[in-house]
Amino acid sequence: MSIPDTIAAASRALREGSLTAADLLDGVLERAQMTEAQLHAYLNIDHDGARVAAEAADADLAAGNDRGPLHGIPIALKDNLCTRGMETTCASQILAGWIPPYDATVVSRLREAGAVIVGKTNLDEFAMGSSTENSAYGPSFNPWDITRVPGGSSGGSAAAVAAGSALGALGSDTGGSIRQPAALTGTVGVKPTYGTVSRYGLIAFASSLDQIGPITRTVEDAALLLEAIWGHDPKDSTSYAGEYPQVRRSLDAGVDGLRIGVVKELSGEGYELAVEQAVAAMVEGLARQGAEIVEVSLPSFEIALSAYYLIAPAEASSNLARFDGVRYGLRVDGETTEEMMARTRGQGFGPEVTRRILLGTYALSAGYYDAFYGQAQRVRAAIRADLARVYAQVDALVSPTSPTVAFPAGARLDDPLAMYLSDICTIPSNLAGDPAMSVPIGLDQLGLPIGMQVMAPSLGEEVMFRVAAEVERLAGFDARPEIPVVAG
Amino acid sequence: MSWEAVIGIETHVELSTRSKMFCGCAVDFGAEPNTNICPVCLGLPGALPVPNRKAIEGIVAIGLALNCEITERSVFHRKNYFYADLPKNYQVSQFDVPVCRDGYLEIELDGETRRIGIERAHMEEDTGKSTHVGDGGRIHSASETLLDFNRSGVPLVEIVSRPDIRSAAEARAYAQELRAIVAELGVSDARLEEGSIRFDANISIRPAGSDTLGTKVEIKNMNSFRSLERAVDYEIRRQIAAVEAGQQIVQETRHWNEEAGETQSMRTKEGSSDYRYFADPDLVPLVVPPSWVEEIRASLPELPEARRKRYATLGLHPKAAAMLSSSARTIRHLFDETVAAGAPALAAFNWLTGEVTAWMRRTDTEPAELTGERLAALIALVDEGVVSATAAKEVLEGVLAGEGEPRQVAEARDLVQVSDRGALEGAVRRVLDADPDAVERLRSGEEKVIGFLVGQVMRETGGKADPRLVNELIREAVGSDG
Ligand SMILES: [Zn+2]
Repeated sequence: MSIPDTIAAASRALREGSLTAADLLDGVLERAQMTEAQLHAYLNIDHDGARVAAEAADADLAAGNDRGPLHGIPIALKDNLCTRGMETTCASQILAGWIPPYDATVVSRLREAGAVIVGKTNLDEFAMGSSTENSAYGPSFNPWDITRVPGGSSGGSAAAVAAGSALGALGSDTGGSIRQPAALTGTVGVKPTYGTVSRYGLIAFASSLDQIGPITRTVEDAALLLEAIWGHDPKDSTSYAGEYPQVRRSLDAGVDGLRIGVVKELSGEGYELAVEQAVAAMVEGLARQGAEIVEVSLPSFEIALSAYYLIAPAEASSNLARFDGVRYGLRVDGETTEEMMARTRGQGFGPEVTRRILLGTYALSAGYYDAFYGQAQRVRAAIRADLARVYAQVDALVSPTSPTVAFPAGARLDDPLAMYLSDICTIPSNLAGDPAMSVPIGLDQLGLPIGMQVMAPSLGEEVMFRVAAEVERLAGFDARPEIPVVAG
Repeated sequence: MSWEAVIGIETHVELSTRSKMFCGCAVDFGAEPNTNICPVCLGLPGALPVPNRKAIEGIVAIGLALNCEITERSVFHRKNYFYADLPKNYQVSQFDVPVCRDGYLEIELDGETRRIGIERAHMEEDTGKSTHVGDGGRIHSASETLLDFNRSGVPLVEIVSRPDIRSAAEARAYAQELRAIVAELGVSDARLEEGSIRFDANISIRPAGSDTLGTKVEIKNMNSFRSLERAVDYEIRRQIAAVEAGQQIVQETRHWNEEAGETQSMRTKEGSSDYRYFADPDLVPLVVPPSWVEEIRASLPELPEARRKRYATLGLHPKAAAMLSSSARTIRHLFDETVAAGAPALAAFNWLTGEVTAWMRRTDTEPAELTGERLAALIALVDEGVVSATAAKEVLEGVLAGEGEPRQVAEARDLVQVSDRGALEGAVRRVLDADPDAVERLRSGEEKVIGFLVGQVMRETGGKADPRLVNELIREAVGSDG
């Protein structure tokens, strides 16, 4: 059946009584049925669990127990979020068949809010990648062109939302893994301020950078989903315990009087013309709405990528050490414990994960620590200092989210450096711990979506959503992908 | 050539907090295997650590007791290495910014006070426990390894001394003093046999008077103070013999074999242990503000060093003060009670470190029947001449055996001295009459005869006479004024 394709609209319809949570679930499952063979957005759809949850949501609502805007809304989860009783694999062989005994904090919060968990979406193994091609269970594809990648690593979540096989999804963003796939699939993706969304139950890639966030069709939906999952969590020592921004109420405030910086370093060589033109046009639009546009320079952004590719692998090398075949997941036997561990890891991890573990192990090694990891931490401090200087002059920053639109599947698989460049615009916010989001602003000549990134200082989600909502209004982006239906 | 040993000791203290270092699981060593576990201490994917406030209080208390500086913002690091009983394959520990730094511990040895530097004390988590089954329990021949994660994540404090220790006896004194402090603080069970306090020693030798450091060898597996002392002593002699025979000392870890009475090479590859330490991104810096430190300082019990000073002000010789301070808690407690009940400190000290301690060793029981009041009463009985010093020991035995108050025991056991002049005069008369020769010699100034005569009266009275009174009566009778 045809259902509303935003959370806000579905939420209204539920309360008007024009449809039920069960209808919404039927709607997204029908879309999944039609599109999964082409897209492979999901690793696992929880038909039974979702059905039970949808019926419970309907009963609850009928009983007058309204749990808020996510009540009865079908949501997809990136498969690096622990779900009690539901297989969680990180798209890795090493976790094949692993069923967590507990829910991630975000998952319990969604359940509390009455959301219906549809299933687990595909990702680059352990969230390491920018195309969702590094999945041990096969790649996902872009709904706008099924010969292209959906971006990554939260490509499955982005593809599911773009295709309508979920009304919203959660992803995780370590260097752009929410924003870049959102840009490549014409969806909205938010990486909130570090520490505002609990990481408890998120299978760690790089702990100091990882942050969970929403992927939705609209800015308003992103605000609804974000407000449902964030907030202090005593189970996460890095969780922010102060007052949280009020994002929903800032959506209609407009940009009149705001000073918006355009980042000089995030343009030029390597950026597609259509992307640069679309961003420039949007900047002009913002100016017309009363924003003061300032070109700003952040020289440290030039070295952010190399710092990121030391810090993230270093943390990953330690975070992924626990996958050794001893307690859970894959075990490949050996003559000794050491041999068993080595074989398990050798067989269980894919090539990109192995590459990053090696890189990270090296970066932390005695004798190299200071030159690599230590230096990367100094770059990180320089980025923060650079941003602090710029945020003294502007309220928010804008840039392309990705230098290019969705690229053809396989195009960058043999060239890790080209793949790493996909995240050049998004990485600085992770290193700084600041919030950033991507909003679709149009299609290129091939009909592929282009995203604009809005960045703000830490806990600056109010101003970030204010700008994002204006960008969305100006773009008037209402295109939907046409996914070829495969017969049979 | 004469050699000097350079010894540093690393001590691991398991804190006896109710819950583990980074999760809510109970700390309970008696429990069935793998019953006190959760996603955090099992290192399940996605789980995150949250520090235990009680454990932080424990390490700060230890740091203060060891005269350390307490770091206001210390940092948790990950120590990365692969081991089956280490669930995350890294241990949360501290590296360059530990909670406690630059302290010292004073030890008393042969009446001398020596100050041993404490380099640092840091917070970390314990590992799980492996048991190898099949073929004798040795890891290389085991067919299976069983893992118990109940201990995984138990808070552990590692205390690192400076290499200021020079002999096996000092090593033992250091370990004993440290254990006494930790026990006094009540932050750990501090039982060597159960491994809740563990000592490793780093030992090297150098020519006496030299400033250089020799190659150090680490000794593990010392489960008692005695084996610690023996192991260190053995290792020093082994190294001296090796060097004098022209051999090189190999940097390695050696295992103390109690039966063989020697340290043995563990023959493990001493792989360049690169733990790839880095600040744990799952934990924020540990903040211990000065106000918290002061709160903990105010709650500290009296520590051995302060105690020694207090005993000295009660009039005990410094050596006696040190000896008492390192005595069992029961003895110290009884001492304070006895002095509070009015007994002189020296008498209380002599009784407690002498007879009472000997009785405890002999019977291997606590002196449950002895109270400070009772001991003070016994001391008063001796003082007043009611019982003799010899008989008093027997009275004490009776008290310890649960026969009641000292006076009751003395009476029941018929140990009260005859201090009644009338009762003694007859015995004195009989003794003097029986030996006129002795009386004559005493009269003519031969003083040593008095002792013989007192002894005769004591025998006459079955040892119950008050010898001072007997002495007095003999002199009166003979007309000698001594
Ligand atoms: Zn636990």
